[in-house]
Amino acid sequence: MAVQGTVSILEWFGELGIFCARLARAVIRPPYELRELARQMDEIGTKSLPLVVLSGAAIGAVLSLHTRDTLVLFGAKSQLPSLIILSVLRESGPIITALVVCGRVGAGIGAELGAMKVTEQIDAIEASAVNPYKLLVATRVVACMLMLPLLTIVADFCAIMTGWLTNRLVEPMSLSYYVSHGFQWVQFRDFLPTTAKTMVFGLLIGLIGCFQGTRTAGGTEGVGRSATTSVVIASLFVILADVVLVRLIMVLFG
Amino acid sequence: MAEQRHAEPAIRVAGLRKAFGEQLVLDGVDLDVARGETLTVLGRSGGGKSVLLKLLIGLQKPDAGSIHISGRELARLPLDGLNELRKKLGFLFQHAALYDSLTVRENVAFPLRRHTDLPDDERERRVRELLSHRGMEDDLDKLPGQISGGMKKRVGLARALAPDPEIMLLDEPTAGLDPITAAEMIGLIQDTRRAREMSAVVVTHDLRSVEALADRVVLLEGGKIKVEGTFDEVKRADDPFVAAFVRPTFGKAHE
Repeated sequence: MAVQGTVSILEWFGELGIFCARLARAVIRPPYELRELARQMDEIGTKSLPLVVLSGAAIGAVLSLHTRDTLVLFGAKSQLPSLIILSVLRESGPIITALVVCGRVGAGIGAELGAMKVTEQIDAIEASAVNPYKLLVATRVVACMLMLPLLTIVADFCAIMTGWLTNRLVEPMSLSYYVSHGFQWVQFRDFLPTTAKTMVFGLLIGLIGCFQGTRTAGGTEGVGRSATTSVVIASLFVILADVVLVRLIMVLFG
Repeated sequence: MAEQRHAEPAIRVAGLRKAFGEQLVLDGVDLDVARGETLTVLGRSGGGKSVLLKLLIGLQKPDAGSIHISGRELARLPLDGLNELRKKLGFLFQHAALYDSLTVRENVAFPLRRHTDLPDDERERRVRELLSHRGMEDDLDKLPGQISGGMKKRVGLARALAPDPEIMLLDEPTAGLDPITAAEMIGLIQDTRRAREMSAVVVTHDLRSVEALADRVVLLEGGKIKVEGTFDEVKRADDPFVAAFVRPTFGKAHE
């Protein structure tokens, strides 16, 4: 039983490797599916915006509520803006955005491609002499990679603003004070590398969603399974990748 | 040379073998389809007929044997070469396999948009022409989810014919259709064949389709060709399996 499980996992990674090689070829070699890419960027980016705004705002409020009392306890209340802004920029914004997009987009890609697979639509694309890796996979993966950093910037902004608003409900604090004090410790490495790392999250979300979707078998039940496994595996990979990337950023940018 | 090219079959299959795990679905199939000829493939459900069509268009790879389409061996072609060849083939899937996020118009226009430089108005004219022959000129903006099974098949046929293929591969074109719609579908395929003189491989269980369309029939059993000939010849075969297939008697299962 354990041997069979190990073999299945190794097979899964092997198939993923082959899938990645085909994807890389499809991304690099022209012609490029720019029209479909733009459609996917709208689908993945614009339509995730309300969810990202809402979750970013919630994170800012929660951070403000939680950290305020602790900082008061240590007599470090004046550090509240810095703490909110740094934690949002470094970690909360990117990871929350990635997990929210993973839930919405990862499941969507897994289910959509899964349904296309079981209804032979992917075969029909291939039979029409069109490379499905180019049309379906590359466009979704690249769109995820391009949209994640932009969505993260939006989530960061919302979290920082609601952090200020929540604090303002308790005591008066001007926006200029909050911003100037909050950003005084912010460095290049706190924003650019941490936002850019979400491209890797986007790659994982798009890749796992497409991979699970295109290997769907077993009718509608299989489609549901693909949607679920896409979210579960992609979330796990995003969190694990985050550990590696945080360490990498520390090593590279000090 | 040109004469030689013309003489070579549109499709040549030799020693074709395909298995899925333990299940052997095609076991040494040999067949030729001449230019302009329609070959009908009969066989039991799950007997490898649809797999044969997918092998012919390169959607699946054979375990052994060779497939030549218009003289070119599929296995030797790089992906670009295979795609060039696929442009000469039209494939109607069993359940039409229409792209469900595209309208009827966009589905039919898909291969034209991808592989031709037709201006928008010319492409639109072509799409309308293909669909009006199928009585669907009023359904251009509907999504596949909004049309019936028979209409989906007609759109699927229009999409397959859009790039003006040399060879048609039709997977159960009348399956799941009522007798009237099935007869209309057969009529559409006959009209197309007459107008374009294309070769075709038709997989079907429907004996009316066989009678109307087939120049030649092959019957698959156990992954091998059991019988081959014109429909009249096959009907006269005295093998019990063949007889059960082409002259079915209700309540008597083939043993």
